[in-house]
Amino acid sequence: MAMDPKKHEMPLQDAKVRAHNFAEVTLGYTEEVAVAEAKRCLNCKNRPCVEACPVNISIPEFISEIKKGNFDGAYGIISQSSSLPAVCGRVCPQETQCESKCTMGIKFEPVGIGRLERFVADRHNEKSEDEKIEVRSNGKKVAVVGSGPSGLTCAGDLAKKGYEVTVFEALHLAGGVLVYGIPEFRLPKDIVRREVDTLKKYGVDVQTNVVIGRTKTVDELFEEGYRAVFIGSGAGLPNFMNIPGESLKGVYSANEFLTRSNLMKAYEDDCRTPIMHAKNVAVVGGGNVAMDAARTALRLGADHVYIVYRRSMQELPARREEVEHAEEEGVEFHLLRNPVEIIGYNNSDDRKDPMNGFVIGIKVIKCELGEPDERGRRRPVEVPGSEYVIDVDCVIMAIGTSPNPLIKNTTEGLEVNRHGGIIVEEATGKTSRECVYAGGDAVTGAATVILAMGAGKTAAKAIDEYLSGE
Amino acid sequence: MYKIVRKRELNPTVTMMDVSAPLVAKKAEAGQFIILRVDEDGERIPLTVAGFDRAAGTVRIIFQIVGATTMCLNAKKEGEFISDFVGPLGRPTETEGLKSVCVVGGGVGCAIALPVAEKLHGLGCKVHSVIGFRSKDLLILEDEFMASSDVLDVMTDDGSYGRKGLVTEALKDAIDAGEKFDRVITIGPLVMMKYVVATTKPYGIDTVASMNPIMIDGTGMCGCCRLTVGGVTKFACVDGPDFNGFDIDFDEAMARASMYASFEKRERDKACNLFKGVM
Repeated sequence: MAMDPKKHEMPLQDAKVRAHNFAEVTLGYTEEVAVAEAKRCLNCKNRPCVEACPVNISIPEFISEIKKGNFDGAYGIISQSSSLPAVCGRVCPQETQCESKCTMGIKFEPVGIGRLERFVADRHNEKSEDEKIEVRSNGKKVAVVGSGPSGLTCAGDLAKKGYEVTVFEALHLAGGVLVYGIPEFRLPKDIVRREVDTLKKYGVDVQTNVVIGRTKTVDELFEEGYRAVFIGSGAGLPNFMNIPGESLKGVYSANEFLTRSNLMKAYEDDCRTPIMHAKNVAVVGGGNVAMDAARTALRLGADHVYIVYRRSMQELPARREEVEHAEEEGVEFHLLRNPVEIIGYNNSDDRKDPMNGFVIGIKVIKCELGEPDERGRRRPVEVPGSEYVIDVDCVIMAIGTSPNPLIKNTTEGLEVNRHGGIIVEEATGKTSRECVYAGGDAVTGAATVILAMGAGKTAAKAIDEYLSGE
Repeated sequence: MYKIVRKRELNPTVTMMDVSAPLVAKKAEAGQFIILRVDEDGERIPLTVAGFDRAAGTVRIIFQIVGATTMCLNAKKEGEFISDFVGPLGRPTETEGLKSVCVVGGGVGCAIALPVAEKLHGLGCKVHSVIGFRSKDLLILEDEFMASSDVLDVMTDDGSYGRKGLVTEALKDAIDAGEKFDRVITIGPLVMMKYVVATTKPYGIDTVASMNPIMIDGTGMCGCCRLTVGGVTKFACVDGPDFNGFDIDFDEAMARASMYASFEKRERDKACNLFKGVM
């Protein structure tokens, strides 16, 4: 049989149509396409893809089940390693992980592992509403702080082993960045809800509206009988550039803009949460969050959305697929540009002019790439005198976050690094405090969903080993 | 779900509710706030804690009916439920070591100033409260302030009750009369707090203002509540809500507070139509 050199294409909503709606961009494989794609897997002996997966899913094994048409079997294999397959199949950067090591990829395009994972998970979720899962409790209570990817993974792994897990979530809805950050069109919220429901079937208790560090402290969790605590509280406060004009009306952090649209559903017509429907939007930054914000602004009705990034396309940290989707939808890239000032409207004749204080432009300076920095990325060097103004009525800052100090400040003996990230032993997720583990962005600063899941998994294993030995 | 165990109208536009939220009640301190959602799909709004009963597990909120969400909240009856209630958020008001404090509250801000006055009073601090309202029919909590203050000045803009004038006049008179305040704590409309700060500054009296900017999560994630304090960006939800009044950029805070003014008006009009005949 001749080997198909290319991955089966992912069906997409037409770019012109999807740029104006919030429905999911990628539509997913059909059974036939999934089986055909699975058949591209060589089932090679050394399984490099498994090593390259942060949660070490048995990839060739689940793909073999797809080949046989045994989709439930495939799901069973994935769920041994991943608590959130429908999420990972969508938002993992497979091109730099499992698929980057695929043997097929040496000569041809790698197997579409992420697409197959998504297919298996979606197919399972479509028909799993009533399934009951029996887990025998071992009577040991573990608390998980935060219901984002690291927390849910840690909770899921421990619950499957029989621990009585309680997840404490500060917001009114479980999912963390999966619900407030990643937009509906990239990760439908219904999918997150189903993944959380699956964990509940394993006995995980999710308590929303509880802010650890305020409503309860870590120490109080131990007093309540929890034997171990996992902290997956996420990245925290948004960074700003400290340039003039950042407090003008119409300047958002990406976190705020995305939270308003995603968690608070400001994109729906009848929603009571306000959001600016700007005509021309500049998004500062080049990561996945910047792409999400840009594409959201477009869908909210902007005529022009500009990505302003100080390096070139080559250094842009967002996933290639997201960049391509954004470009197809009409997002414009102003590369090698760094903002120096945000300009506001100011009618000095009429101080009551309602437009006063709203953004009317962003002044940027051209950059060239200089010598590589300590991380090997070429440093942007500003070209003197090259400033110019882009007319915009909204600016979204997507330049990263700094850790939330709440838990650190209320948990004695919990050590953090100079950036405020919780210090952990990498192999176990163990912090400086006995029986306290941590993972995800609270440790690393802003990173990916799958790395956070890997950290949750590592900690779950370490917690289990520790509590089993007690 | 969180039960409204008591509801009382303080004046035609200000309502008090005691909400059953034992975890919040257990921890709440004067100066902290909560975030609530009235119903599924509702917006998240911050309200400062106006009181708490740890034994009963209730938290008191006092709110002015200003927009769509507060209208919906006000439409809830005693015994009914609101969907989310989280807290306590922010840092408690610092009271340690204070011997003589002037608490200056304006309008519905008095509801938030009261627990601060009560706490200071309970700690044996001399409390001089100045509370101001537009007119007599908007006056709230006079008896409660009376009980927790050594001196109480009630001010109304139109002179329909108490003394006619602004809170800053009573404050300035007290200072000029020789009262020695370790600190002035002010809670109320931004413009009022701006002028309270302007009043105390020439005297160099330590002044703290409680800020209540627009918020979403309230836990240090979204950055919506940012303020410029001493030239540095601060987040009211985790760094505040209390800040050194002399350092706050009030003009910027006032501008930011009006960001959604037109949206809010539209929503309020919609809600008014919705509640026509109900209220």
